Amino acid sequence: MSPVLKAKNINKHFRKPVPFHVLKDINFEIQKGEFTSIMGKSGCGKSTLLYILSTMDTDYTGELYLNNSLVSGQERNKLSHIRNRDIGFVFQFHYLLSEFSVLENVMLPAKKLAVKSHEEIENDAMMKLKILNIDHLAKKKASRISGGEKQRVAIARALINNPALIMGDEPTGNLDSHNADNVFNIFRRLSDEEGLSLLIVTHDQDFANKTDRIIEMSDGRIIS
Amino acid sequence: MINWKVILSIARTHLLTKIKQTATAALGVTFGIGAYITLVCFMTGLNQMLDNLVLNQTPHVHIFNEIEPSEVQPIDMYSEFSNAFNVVRSIKPKQSLKRIHNAVPVIDYLNNQENVRGAIPQIKTQIFYVSGAIELGGNLTGVDIMKEVELFNFKDYIVSGTPEALRNSDNGILLGAGIAKKMSLQVGNRIQVSNIKGEAFPLKIVGIYQSGIAELDDIQSFANIKTAQKILGESENYITDINVKLYDINDAIPLAEKMEKQFHLKAVDIKTANAQFETGTTIRNLITYAVSITLLIVAGFGIYNILNMLIYEKMNDIAILKATGFSGTDVQLIFMSQAVIIGFVGGVLGLLLGLGLSLAIDQTPFETEALPTIATYPVNHNPIFYVIGIVFAMISTFLAGYLPSLKAKKIDPVRIIRGQ
Repeated sequence: MSPVLKAKNINKHFRKPVPFHVLKDINFEIQKGEFTSIMGKSGCGKSTLLYILSTMDTDYTGELYLNNSLVSGQERNKLSHIRNRDIGFVFQFHYLLSEFSVLENVMLPAKKLAVKSHEEIENDAMMKLKILNIDHLAKKKASRISGGEKQRVAIARALINNPALIMGDEPTGNLDSHNADNVFNIFRRLSDEEGLSLLIVTHDQDFANKTDRIIEMSDGRIIS
Repeated sequence: MINWKVILSIARTHLLTKIKQTATAALGVTFGIGAYITLVCFMTGLNQMLDNLVLNQTPHVHIFNEIEPSEVQPIDMYSEFSNAFNVVRSIKPKQSLKRIHNAVPVIDYLNNQENVRGAIPQIKTQIFYVSGAIELGGNLTGVDIMKEVELFNFKDYIVSGTPEALRNSDNGILLGAGIAKKMSLQVGNRIQVSNIKGEAFPLKIVGIYQSGIAELDDIQSFANIKTAQKILGESENYITDINVKLYDINDAIPLAEKMEKQFHLKAVDIKTANAQFETGTTIRNLITYAVSITLLIVAGFGIYNILNMLIYEKMNDIAILKATGFSGTDVQLIFMSQAVIIGFVGGVLGLLLGLGLSLAIDQTPFETEALPTIATYPVNHNPIFYVIGIVFAMISTFLAGYLPSLKAKKIDPVRIIRGQ
């Protein structure tokens, strides 16, 4: 089985305020369909790693492969395109565009990709919303729905371009336990039913225990 | 690849949800452009009117015989003194005729030139207006009235009576408004004029002439060429001045030089005669543009401010757009297009505002003794001002949008997302 994501000898230094070696020789792979979580204490570098893997942070050394092609050192516009096509992102805070409707929020990355027609994209977006049981919110303004709902809209947006990998930076960190369970179940179901690969950074031990694989980090290294 | 449809739809949503800010920014441009259009139309209208006041009546080339001393004195021609330092005291002007020698062929020659719109003869002479025992000094100009009307807008200065009335009468006079007032005369009355020899002629007043320049109106009158010749007791080929109107005013200087050389006459071109008018016009235009550009720059700063604030407010949106695959350029274009839309809408409204205001000014009554031809404030409705206005609006909003949008382009999404 081929890995969706492969990190090879990734090192990162912070230069400010003091020189600091954050990530030390990170090597790992994520297989297709795997539901992986990254655990570790605050400041161990897990979020930093995630943003490098997401291609948003380009200030590192080492090699990063997505679907077996090298993404390190690519120019920014190319990286934006890769991010648009291959990676779905879910953040701790919901980060919807508050002035747009739920449906428009979900459609936006697909419109940017511009592979499908407007009707197809709208159809797809409605389908993703339906999978997450929030299709009744489609026409509402993003600023008018609850936190749990926002997070599910964010997941629908992450799914819209059928990415190779979904990344999450503590996607349940800001939710109550009921909504957190709900979000986890959605991830679980997407992984089991749709064969989606997921990489989630989390603090929540219960959440991590229910995933396929836990990568544990400490002081900038992977320890297990 | 740039996906304009998505970019514009995002820009539109931003603008519409912040409609008050958008309106404020657009109104800044509207007032800037509106004021520019109004100012520039009004100022150049005024400039044109002032210039026309003088330039319309002024021939492009004025040809006459100047009474002046000979440039070459007899002693200079004597070869034995050619190396000496000659001093001639009390030089007198050389004896010459006031009339232009062979004026009719010269006029024909000028009228056959390609760049000449028309060359017309005039007779200038001093006369006295006689009212009982009082004699008032003045000038009488003999003119070909219909040609004067055609070439020098003479009709604008006839405040009562018609040019045709003068043409049809062989003892008619167009009396200066100042004289008419002094002597309590009206159209239809008779006036006695006498030449410098003291011979009196009764003339019929067929019209009143008012140039707007009081000093001139106090002395100047016009009659037909034949009438003037009769008063002077001269023959039909007595012509003192030739006025030339050209198609292109820039031909005036070469033509004047050529006439001086070819016919040994004095020829003065309009640029030499009225150099100060051009200077005045240039300076007034300079002031107009300085004020207008200031207005537009102020409007530009308004847009800059509002977009800057908008970008601070939209930090999260920018981060999320970048995280979901929009490139820095896309984000920059979103904000640039907002600036350009504000500039365009504000600019077009500004043009309409300017048009409305300048039309209103155009209708405002403006009556003054000095300017008999003007009834309302002069406004120059030149379409080029509207083109300049909209181009400037676009450029200034483009620049005002460029700097903030560059900042949006450079925002690091990781810092925003992690910083919250």
